[in-house]
Amino acid sequence: MADYKTIVKDGLWDNNGVLSMLLGMCPAMAMTTSATNGFGMGLATAVVMAASSFLVAAFRSRITQEVRIPVFILIVAAMVTVVDLAMNAWMHELYKVLGLFIPLIVSNCLPLARLEAFAAKQPAMPAFVDGLFMGLGFTIALTGIGAVREITGNGTLFADASLLLGPAFKAIEMRILPADTGVLMMILPPGGFLVTGLLVVVKRMIDLRAGKEIQMGGAHSVA
Amino acid sequence: MTAMNASDQTTSASDPPVPSPAAKPRTLIHAVILGVFCLGFGLLLAITDRLTVEDIGARSLEDRQNSLSQVIPDSVHDNNLVTDTIRMTDDHGKEITIYRARKAGRITGVAYEIYGTGYAGEIKLMMGVDAEGKLLGVRPLAHKETPGLGDKIEVKKGDWILRFTGLSLGNPVPERWKVKKDGGEFDQFAGATITPRGVVRAIRGGLDFFAANKSKLTEAN
Repeated sequence: MADYKTIVKDGLWDNNGVLSMLLGMCPAMAMTTSATNGFGMGLATAVVMAASSFLVAAFRSRITQEVRIPVFILIVAAMVTVVDLAMNAWMHELYKVLGLFIPLIVSNCLPLARLEAFAAKQPAMPAFVDGLFMGLGFTIALTGIGAVREITGNGTLFADASLLLGPAFKAIEMRILPADTGVLMMILPPGGFLVTGLLVVVKRMIDLRAGKEIQMGGAHSVA
Repeated sequence: MTAMNASDQTTSASDPPVPSPAAKPRTLIHAVILGVFCLGFGLLLAITDRLTVEDIGARSLEDRQNSLSQVIPDSVHDNNLVTDTIRMTDDHGKEITIYRARKAGRITGVAYEIYGTGYAGEIKLMMGVDAEGKLLGVRPLAHKETPGLGDKIEVKKGDWILRFTGLSLGNPVPERWKVKKDGGEFDQFAGATITPRGVVRAIRGGLDFFAANKSKLTEAN
């Protein structure tokens, strides 16, 4: 019996893909100019990770050691293409915001790392849960980075959330600071590095205060 | 240690070692596994494509219709802009599609894409012109300008681009078709001159294109 509670906790916080393992840095910085963008990118990644983890775990006895990496990449790429096409057809508004960035999930090393470190050795269900919650942890991190950058750089929070999630979410679009007071640099690439670094520090401080041993990503990363 | 050696010898004695022929089927197995996965997921992609191709086509048509309806008001035409097109070569040798607006068969306006050079590469815009060469509207379609500075050309982020509606080559006069910094008529943005300059130049070029090809653009065939 797999320990789902640990898997969920690992994915969301303890072993968070961005804030602990420092994987998937490219989308974590490129796609977080606003909280909404980060959130959307995170969710798309979570869907791809859950599906590909499930498939890899289900076929794990058939995938030999020698060809596992090409097969993993094949599965991730196929899932990304399916998500890309499906979103273009049925969630077009969201696709217009994120479309450019979905193909980039293939080159995100976080899904590949989880396939290698977890899904290839576990039954399908725990692998699915691991992929899903690692993806959701990724979403939390990206939304957090995006929120800080958006507030400091633009003075808004969750701008355009209604484009992404539907008109009902118009209410969460907020203006925190008056217009034209933001620090532009926070939205430009340097802001991505600054905020990501600061949030990594914040997470480690919280962990230290809770008396937890800091988990280093080294043992888990493959790329 | 000796026991292990002994058992090793017994296995190799009963099952003679065949290093090179045995390696081949192993390699083959990997190739077959990889091939089967490729086939399987290729099939999955083919099915997904089949399921989505119609909806994706419809969405991209809607997108085109949306951007056209912003530069050509509904009141000036009664035809379907997306399907009433001709192809022409613009001043830069680029093949562009001309969307034609008609009312009762007569051409009342045309819309086409224009290209400007901004701070971060090409700015693609769609512009609509009526039969007399007056601007019906301009909208950016794609650009990579700096968020918060150059992206004020988007109608979502500011009404700067709406300023052009109703203008033509004679209004303002050609030498005033510039941003204020260059001695022209149009505002630049605080901290961003290159983007508005590129857009103004592109619109000016688009109007020149209309003037040079007016008869071809507006003759109803």
